[in-house]
Amino acid sequence: MQWKTADYAGWGRALRAHGRIARPERVSALTEALAEGGPAIGNCRSYGDSPLNDGGAAIRMTRMDRLLAFDPETGVIEVEAGASIGALLKLLAPRGWMPAVMPGTGLATVGGCIANDVHGKNHHGAGSFGQHVLAVTLMTAAGPREVSPASDPDLFRATMGGLGQTGAILSARLQLRTIPGQRMKVLETAMPDFDSFIAALDASKAEFAVGWIDATAKRKRLGRGILEEATLVEGTRPGPERKRKPVPFDAPNALLSRPVVKIFNRWYGSGVPDGGRKRTRALDDFFFPLDALSDWNRLYGKRGFHQFQCVLPADRAAALKEILSTIARGGIASPLAVLKRMGPGRAGHLSFPMEGYTLAVDMPARARVPTLYARLEDQVLAAGGRIYLAKDALARPESMAAMYPELEAWRAEAAKADPEARLATDLVRRLHLRSL
Amino acid sequence: MAETWIILGASSSMARALVRRLAARGDGVILAGRELADLERDAADARVRGAAVAETIRFDARDPACLAPILARAEACEGTVSAAVFVGSMPPQAEIDADPGLIGGVVTDSFTGPARVLQGLAPIIEARGAGTVIGVGSVAGDRGRIGNYVYGAAKAAFATYLSGLRNRLGRAGGHVLTVKPGFTDTAMTWGIEGMFLVASPDKVADDILSALEKQRNVIYTPVFWMGIMGIIRLIPERVFKKLSV
Repeated sequence: MQWKTADYAGWGRALRAHGRIARPERVSALTEALAEGGPAIGNCRSYGDSPLNDGGAAIRMTRMDRLLAFDPETGVIEVEAGASIGALLKLLAPRGWMPAVMPGTGLATVGGCIANDVHGKNHHGAGSFGQHVLAVTLMTAAGPREVSPASDPDLFRATMGGLGQTGAILSARLQLRTIPGQRMKVLETAMPDFDSFIAALDASKAEFAVGWIDATAKRKRLGRGILEEATLVEGTRPGPERKRKPVPFDAPNALLSRPVVKIFNRWYGSGVPDGGRKRTRALDDFFFPLDALSDWNRLYGKRGFHQFQCVLPADRAAALKEILSTIARGGIASPLAVLKRMGPGRAGHLSFPMEGYTLAVDMPARARVPTLYARLEDQVLAAGGRIYLAKDALARPESMAAMYPELEAWRAEAAKADPEARLATDLVRRLHLRSL
Repeated sequence: MAETWIILGASSSMARALVRRLAARGDGVILAGRELADLERDAADARVRGAAVAETIRFDARDPACLAPILARAEACEGTVSAAVFVGSMPPQAEIDADPGLIGGVVTDSFTGPARVLQGLAPIIEARGAGTVIGVGSVAGDRGRIGNYVYGAAKAAFATYLSGLRNRLGRAGGHVLTVKPGFTDTAMTWGIEGMFLVASPDKVADDILSALEKQRNVIYTPVFWMGIMGIIRLIPERVFKKLSV
């Protein structure tokens, strides 16, 4: 297996790693690469250090992306871990199926979706990605091994959201869902403030719902934004193919200065008239809005950015308002932030979701961000919530046991599957997930 | 009419990208390569994507015994039989300099092995009056460079062979497309320093398909390599021999 030594980073680009990377295209090459150690990583769409192994080896799975079986009657598909969610959607939608849960970017791999037990805009109804995984095939020293909730419930649970620590995922069997067509009807409603936003999210009956918030708005306008509610509708044509527009260079820091972001947010927020706006959109346009701009992370300049995403229990909406207020007052300019209602669905020990509300905010990597982040982390802990590991780059190891009460059980399974911690990543080491 | 493709070197990333496109339009594919177990996964992939037929067959450019079964399989295909060649090997030139015995393998992988198969397929294409051969060469075959001239020489020989085969099959209703990719992001080039303007296998496959539609004879992919190699070929030999391009 050929290796190269390279610098690489997560999507936020604030944390980086240097090390050997293999990119196998066949099972034999994957086996060879695994023998040299290192975690399997996907398309590096996680924001922080979860796909990084600084100074060590990593195995990039993006070329292991074959579809192994598809039953158009039952909607069960078996697919190699490196296939992207967007590629699956594109192939399956014309046949009346789609992945039951999709994250906000189509560039995430199936393996990455499992390793982070991602959620989508339908989490309140459909649950998390891992809940639609029927089985995973893990690479072990003895060869590929299929793990299902029936065959090995503990290992399966440790693998869903398991950050790749129970073994490289070779492939997975997924239960897809049917769709009536290739269109979405989207209703956009302007939300004047946080409380009305929460009320609207609670009242929403839509299968897909997501809120965009202006995280720079303060006081009376705190939490203002746009609620998007969507349903799948008929429509045979997927709409025009989206051409990805590249971001040709790292943006200068001034682009994300407070005044510019404020103006942008005001402009974005003003797009929706008072009575709301109805639109019909293509599937990928609704599910993966930011993919229209490839490499949009470069808009944050060379220093990169962090994303803070937390979830709080349903009865702690007031605490979430406080958190949003801390962000607004923190003066870290952030373009659009995302607010969502979550259901209880989660598939693994380290899965992020809990019934309640989740808030995600981008922050340009600046000197004062760690201090602000620590304050936010304290607020999340106090409210009984947790921080999303797929996004995190700054949390403290001391917080983990409280945020993830099943950490011990997961730790035991990971130790069984990978006793020498050869699959450990920078995230795992930073947060002491595999050790005390 | 049904068209079945014999893909030599089918597990390479460029071949995989082309096979997916052929499968999506409902063609049949026979995937030929060394690792049959892994090729089965590619065949499954092609089937899910819509291939009328997706099978595997063993092909090792260095083993002449592979030839007969492939030709028998081609003969048994109904309708048009076409072929695409993605085989080749490129050990570092320094290793070849240290062990000239490696030259034979490079030439067999990149030229004589695939040519043997095409030579056997030619009468089938002639007899049926239709069929396409896609031969993937390399811009490295356009001029010998200090960095990989053995590989370049083998690809040059393959290009000349394809040109002759085009002349022959063209008379019988067949067609030969020579593809000269520039730097492409494949397993063969992973980790090689100093590459620039690197294209994805998907881009190469898209270019191949559109060249097929237009019945082109020779293409560079991405197309700007035609300009680059045009300039490189124009450099006088007395200058070129001192360059380290």
